[in-house]
Amino acid sequence: MKVKIIGCICFVVIAFAISCQSDERIEFNRYYSNGSTVYQAKCQNCHGIKGDGLQSFIPPLTDSLYLKNNKKTLACLLKNGLKGKVIINNKAFDGEMLPSGLTPLEIAQVLTYVTNSFGNKAATSTVETVNADLAKCN
Amino acid sequence: MKKLIYAATIILLISACKSNNSTLPIYGNKKPVTKTVNGKQVTDTIYQTIPDFKFVNQYGDTITGKNLDGKIYVADFFFTTCPTICPVMHRNMLPVYNEFKSNPDFRIISHSIDPKYDTVPVLKKYADKMGLSGNTWWLLHGDKDATYTIAKSYLTSVQEKNPQGNYVHDGYFILIDKQKRIRGTYMGTDPAEVEKMTADIKTLMAEPDQNPTK
Repeated sequence: MKVKIIGCICFVVIAFAISCQSDERIEFNRYYSNGSTVYQAKCQNCHGIKGDGLQSFIPPLTDSLYLKNNKKTLACLLKNGLKGKVIINNKAFDGEMLPSGLTPLEIAQVLTYVTNSFGNKAATSTVETVNADLAKCN
Repeated sequence: MKKLIYAATIILLISACKSNNSTLPIYGNKKPVTKTVNGKQVTDTIYQTIPDFKFVNQYGDTITGKNLDGKIYVADFFFTTCPTICPVMHRNMLPVYNEFKSNPDFRIISHSIDPKYDTVPVLKKYADKMGLSGNTWWLLHGDKDATYTIAKSYLTSVQEKNPQGNYVHDGYFILIDKQKRIRGTYMGTDPAEVEKMTADIKTLMAEPDQNPTK
């Protein structure tokens, strides 16, 4: 009897966990696949199909540590562009990225895509977190 | 007997393929010219050639058509601040540069179509960032009108194929032989076309016409 009850509880807990995860997963997948489309249209020409950049001219998007350390300002970089020196993968880049002209939702989608492609792994960037980050842009 | 016919057909097909592969076509305008040689009438075809020009490269050196005498080269048009197709074109051009950079008879010339911004120091900086050294790949600064004039002669065959395009900024790579004739045009934004260009450059380098015996 006891075993049955414990079994039932376990089943409920596991089922709950799976369904929760799959909701998150669905959200992630939606952001990620839309982000892939945004990336192809707006980023890929310069940053490349594999996110490997272009020599010392355009920085790659493979520096997971940079992405992690600048998590809160990535949305601002996409909104306002970036000018001046940045160190990516221990290499200095000194160029200019123009403002992307993307909406907050598109920024969230493409950030989800980039921070989970090219060897990067991070949480979903939702439109809520992006809007909060954008409110704090310099 | 049947087997023999099959075998003959296969051999014929293979040899047909081979002869197709051994030379590249010659593009551009052509006109027949009739000359009298030793009292006989001989008709020759004169192919369009790239006219002489005078530009400055990323090192500040003057580059004219003479500097390309005896060279097989690829030409394209770009500008350093172009956010659209230029990074793709030059990303695709890099393997071509790396493949042939040790060949003294090969050049790549990229004409800037924004001479106001792309001054010699700007071009040098771009070359450095792209990791270009030596004289294989020249980035050329010149008068805008002169650049567009030379573009017209490079892109004649592109225009024939695609009369609606904005040729100068459509991302074409143009392959020129040692006689300054147009031997191929390739979409520089398409890695598959650029691979074909690399193969064509090797074919061209092997043509007897490109290896005059001295």
